[in-house]
Amino acid sequence: MKVLVPVKRVIDYNVKVRVKADGSGVDLANVKMSMNPFDEIAVEEAIRLKEKGVATEVVVVSIGVKQSQETLRTALAMGADRAILIEAAADVHTDIEPLAVAKLLAGVVKEEAPGIVLAGKQAIDNDMNATGQMLAALLGWSQATFASELAVEGDKATVTREVDGGLQTISVALPAVVTVDLRLNEPRYASLPNIMKAKSKPLATKTPADYGVDVSPRLTVVKTTEPAGRKAGVKVGSVDELIAKLKDEAGVI
Amino acid sequence: MPSYTAPVKDMQFLLHDVLKVTEAGIEGYADLDEGFTSAVLEEAGKVASGVLAPLNAVGDREGCTLENGVVRTPKGFKEAFEAMKQGGWTALDCDPAYGGQGLPYLMGTAVGEIFVSANMAFNMYQGLTHGAYSAIHTHGTPEQKAMYLPKMVSCDWTGTMNLTEPHCGTDLGLMRTKAEPQADGSYRITGQKIFISAGDHDLSENVIHLVLAKAPGGGEGTKGISLFIVPKFLVNDDGSLGARNAVSVGKIEEKMGIHGNATCVMNYDGATGWLLGDLHKGMRAMFTMMNEARLGVGLQGYAVAEAAYQNALNYAKDRLQGRAVTGAENPDAPADPLIVHPDIRRNLMEQKSFVEGARALTFWGAHLIDRSVRQDDEAAEGLISLMIPVIKGFQTDKGFEMAVQAQQVYGGHGYIEEWGMSQFARDARIAMIYEGANGVQALDLVGRKLAQDGGKHVMAFFEMVKAEVKAHDDDARMAPFAEALKTASKQLQQAAMFFMAQGMKNPNAALAGSYDFMHLMGHVCMGLMWTRMARAAFTALDEGRGDADFLNTKIATGRFYMARQLPACAMHLARIETGADPVMALAAEAF
Repeated sequence: MKVLVPVKRVIDYNVKVRVKADGSGVDLANVKMSMNPFDEIAVEEAIRLKEKGVATEVVVVSIGVKQSQETLRTALAMGADRAILIEAAADVHTDIEPLAVAKLLAGVVKEEAPGIVLAGKQAIDNDMNATGQMLAALLGWSQATFASELAVEGDKATVTREVDGGLQTISVALPAVVTVDLRLNEPRYASLPNIMKAKSKPLATKTPADYGVDVSPRLTVVKTTEPAGRKAGVKVGSVDELIAKLKDEAGVI
Repeated sequence: MPSYTAPVKDMQFLLHDVLKVTEAGIEGYADLDEGFTSAVLEEAGKVASGVLAPLNAVGDREGCTLENGVVRTPKGFKEAFEAMKQGGWTALDCDPAYGGQGLPYLMGTAVGEIFVSANMAFNMYQGLTHGAYSAIHTHGTPEQKAMYLPKMVSCDWTGTMNLTEPHCGTDLGLMRTKAEPQADGSYRITGQKIFISAGDHDLSENVIHLVLAKAPGGGEGTKGISLFIVPKFLVNDDGSLGARNAVSVGKIEEKMGIHGNATCVMNYDGATGWLLGDLHKGMRAMFTMMNEARLGVGLQGYAVAEAAYQNALNYAKDRLQGRAVTGAENPDAPADPLIVHPDIRRNLMEQKSFVEGARALTFWGAHLIDRSVRQDDEAAEGLISLMIPVIKGFQTDKGFEMAVQAQQVYGGHGYIEEWGMSQFARDARIAMIYEGANGVQALDLVGRKLAQDGGKHVMAFFEMVKAEVKAHDDDARMAPFAEALKTASKQLQQAAMFFMAQGMKNPNAALAGSYDFMHLMGHVCMGLMWTRMARAAFTALDEGRGDADFLNTKIATGRFYMARQLPACAMHLARIETGADPVMALAAEAF
């Protein structure tokens, strides 16, 4: 069984994000970019499926600017077998919207015929949490989102999902789209020999036109602002005062 | 708790804008494209930040222990060492014939800096192994190489270097450890060695000691010294481990810093050893590794300063104390961050401009070693051999000084252990001492290297600096660099001339000025590096490449070094030209 893992190049989680002066988005010029952490977990899980003998090939795909190649190479260094880059933007500030990404991925799925698409539950830049679900809908496949455990047996996958207030275990028929949550695994460090091997692993470059998909935006960003700074706190004199404030002012108890 | 982030952007700038590695025409360099070096450095950075840096304070606090003859490393070291081995990092620049990855020494140096910054004491276990690997690789028989190298490349076995004895440090001619030839071709090694870094520990299956000892018939002094391989466990013909050899740990030293590394007294009680290289040519065998070993220590100097600087910078941005003298910059808060104050800036700029300059100098040194080893380039070999005492002595002196300055930014919080800044200062201190104390480096520079091959290499160095100065005649933006470098290099030449004139009639005059000369030359080397970096930054800006903020910061940092640090050259020259008299005026009894 083949596993397809979409990976997105996003602003590194350690970088302090700055909003562009005109409020049109965040400043990504010359900022450190990395693989979306949830996608890294998906790549790790796919490699583990291969190591267990469940998967036969791990294919990673990225949609975005040319530099997304680096993100794909990172996945190849972790242990993915080959990569597809769909060059859909020239400017690092152009974000391809979830629906366009899902359509492109559906095109890739048709060509590659994977048994599972393992995706991050969301990208840490826009936090849309939409692509996996849209892809499942477009393909008419089962979906299991927010996975914290995954077991594949025959033509079924058992997925433990992180839901509000607990865990839910479901069984889905394959092929399926599974989106992964933070606690599924801890991604490995790539070894030096694998980084060197990744240089020569195949990386195919495509365009949206190859899949007949129009990636022009359907959404308009009205404005982007920094979160409000934290307000100064107050010191309370007693437990009673605290409880009174929580009851009357905050209204939480 | 201090944190660490690998300075990948700065390293990429050096590799691709300053050294232009892919165009250098050195074997193996063509593969070092930007994407590849970035992937390697980023991943090394992840391992450093995620695995090694969190163990730095643990290693410092716990130290190593010796119980019933067994040395235990601090908690977590074993797992981290395993991660380094599994990641293939120990094999980076080793020979592919023995399981290495065969990357250039320059890449090993860049990755090495990252690991040393994150955890100097930990990285020494691998560093010492690499030194022993190089010695066996250069001088071993095919059988010795086959027996030891694959396991040392993977760090399943680690290595040590045994030179020092209780009564003999710098002066190895006083050595007493003896080697008696046996009928089977082996030697019985008897004696005591001290200050043996990574002498024993629980990280590897076997420890391969390289031991200097005197075999009969070699004559007096250093001439009679040979080098021997003495494994902790004897190795059977099939490569499996056999009997325990008669080598044991007498004690582990309590030290000022690098607590995570076991510094051992090693007792050899008729231990079985095998000759490595030629009989009675042990010193020569050791010296072939000296360039790499001393470059590695010079690297430790600035690598620890880098880690200290990163934390000092964060602190200076976070800590609110006092108001900017020109008016509040943070009016909503009760005070401004430390970084608004000019003296804090002065302190941080000294650290930043030193670390970045030293990184450039060290990378260039590694590049020269690649040139000399991979291309048999004799000019490069001569140049690096001249610069090694400068890289080692100057960078470790300054590295310590800068680690102390980073500590200073924290005020009292730098002096208490909780913030971890004291560890940087304590760890950095050893680099000034081991692998040839810095006074000995100065002696090597002035007493040996200047006159080496008829002074050919120092002349080549002066010519190179002169050419660098001249190359920027047509660019006014480069004037602050070229002019300061010109002045400093003239002062360096004047100091060298003084030694030449004085040296014959009064050798004390040269040696009394040797330490100043080492620092003077250190500043000139840094000035040369900053000139090259500024040139590369202007070029990138002109071509619209790269991150303009980074490049402009680079240029401003260079200007600071040229304006504020190079003037030290005049002071060093003035001191040198006073000759021996002020230094030697007192009779020993008068002290």
